[in-house]
Amino acid sequence: MKRWIRAVSLIAVAWVISSPGQAELTIRITQGTEAALPIAVLPLAWMGQGAPPPEDVAAIIRSDLARSGRFKPLSEWPETPSTVDEVRYPVWRSTGADSLVLGQVRTTASGQYEVDVQLLDVFQGTRLERYTNLVEADELRDVAHYYSDLIYQRLTGEPGLFDSQIAYITQQREADGPRYALMVADSDGERPKRALRSYAPIMSPAWSPDGNRLAYVTFEADRAEVYVQDLAGQRQVISSFPGINGAPVWSPDGRRLALTLSKDGNPEIYLVDVSTRQLTRLTQNSAIDTEPAWLPDGSGLVFTSDRGGSPQLYQMSVRGGVAERLTFEGEYNAGATVSPDGRKIAMVHRTNGDYRIAVLDRDTRLLTVLTRGRLDESPSFAPNGSMILYAAKSGGVDVLEAVSVDGGFRQQLQLDQGQVREPAWSPLRKR
Amino acid sequence: MNQNAFFQCALMALFVALAGCASTSETVPTQEPVEVDDPTGSGAETGAIVGGSSLSRRQYGPDAPPGSPLAQRAIYFDYDAATVKAEYRPVVEAHGTYLSENPRIRLVLEGNADERGTREYNIALGERRAHAVRRIMLYQGAAPEQIRIVSYGEERPVSAGSGDSAWAQNRRVEIVYAGDE
Repeated sequence: MKRWIRAVSLIAVAWVISSPGQAELTIRITQGTEAALPIAVLPLAWMGQGAPPPEDVAAIIRSDLARSGRFKPLSEWPETPSTVDEVRYPVWRSTGADSLVLGQVRTTASGQYEVDVQLLDVFQGTRLERYTNLVEADELRDVAHYYSDLIYQRLTGEPGLFDSQIAYITQQREADGPRYALMVADSDGERPKRALRSYAPIMSPAWSPDGNRLAYVTFEADRAEVYVQDLAGQRQVISSFPGINGAPVWSPDGRRLALTLSKDGNPEIYLVDVSTRQLTRLTQNSAIDTEPAWLPDGSGLVFTSDRGGSPQLYQMSVRGGVAERLTFEGEYNAGATVSPDGRKIAMVHRTNGDYRIAVLDRDTRLLTVLTRGRLDESPSFAPNGSMILYAAKSGGVDVLEAVSVDGGFRQQLQLDQGQVREPAWSPLRKR
Repeated sequence: MNQNAFFQCALMALFVALAGCASTSETVPTQEPVEVDDPTGSGAETGAIVGGSSLSRRQYGPDAPPGSPLAQRAIYFDYDAATVKAEYRPVVEAHGTYLSENPRIRLVLEGNADERGTREYNIALGERRAHAVRRIMLYQGAAPEQIRIVSYGEERPVSAGSGDSAWAQNRRVEIVYAGDE
């Protein structure tokens, strides 16, 4: 009997690659920074036989680096060497580029591609790094993002962010009512895949720390339920109590979810063990307690509560106990998420009637408003903490926007049709 | 098995599974689950849509003359508030009395919020509104098991716009009577 229940609850749900142009995110940089480093990323020379590779690896790297806000890729080049020996450094020094990326793509007898990329320091006239990988055709985009991260890390000294994915919710209008989808795309919005499609709302996608699973809320059974789904489309119900089953977030060790349940009368924060389903109640309060966010060391949680009369952020130990209030500025601070290094908390902060993304520095307790919209929400840190992706409204349409944590660099991600919201940026892929 | 049949089967199985997993405790469902011969199914290719289309929802409940309290199925709220305003009290009380006089009737109170603020907080706010309506219905003699609450927060606006009038229409509790069972 038990086995049966497992079998039927593990029904595979569609994980469909959508056709090109459908539900694809287009990214537009809306504010650049003066401090971006000039870099030249040259087209990789194709050394194989037959048709060139189906993806332009150099173009992907170029676009990644530009999208980070930290680099300013040159749009034209005085020469296009593909080996170090061909490079005339004096020519490159006159372009202002600090760094030069060049290389070659070759094929193997088995049809794989060898992607050989070199990173050069223009002023010292030296090679900094050389990266070589053998990949299949459908891994060319992955290796490009991976190299972007290696280049980013080598030149900035900070971890990269490109070899990752974003999950988001879309809503499209159909003749028989709205259609909701949980989507997963590469960090540049490419290769969108549909993880779940529903007639009913889907909410609150959250990545497991290994990037292999998503927790989310679905109303497909005319009630709120929390599911966990893996990247192959296998899913299971984690929580389906009467009332709210919401706001799931994974513990840093990937074993538990913190979530909101109202089965005992009003919304409280609980922990649920993902494999045993054992519940631990953390809050005991007649107010609303919801939107838990883990501290990266797993020691505690930040959450929203209106116990003080208005929604504010509080912090408590993972073992429960007394909650400490964190926000005092403004009458609405909710929907917290903690940066990967644990030093910043991003939230939705109301100021003069507008809902904006603000960041609280946990050491200095200073609150900085980063965005300029009227209805900004759902902040999600990039895996390296350098940017915040969030949902906004633009011309009455739900779009995604990203802002660097210093507020200096902004971009917008828009669907060609329909609404997009609730972005969740995955951890970096392990390679 | 053709794909349609597969989907019907998969969807049925899904709903049985949901019923079976209605709590995370170790309860064993009384229903016999429907067998799915290939749970990792080839059916995934075309992308099953879960849930039911909202257009297929039928209206049930008491026949009441238009304009009477029982004909009204939505209660509206102030911003960030969950107090049933005096003007809506007669409506809620009428439905509460109707429930107490018809103990076999069931309904769902669907809590909703406007789009401002965070989505999960709005889920909590929608539920708080539904509870405020439920309390009055219970006071009128309705039984707890007659009333189920689900909060959709800001996920199901009736007015798609951004502005005071749209927001006012969206801050509501909908009274949805269940069909004959």
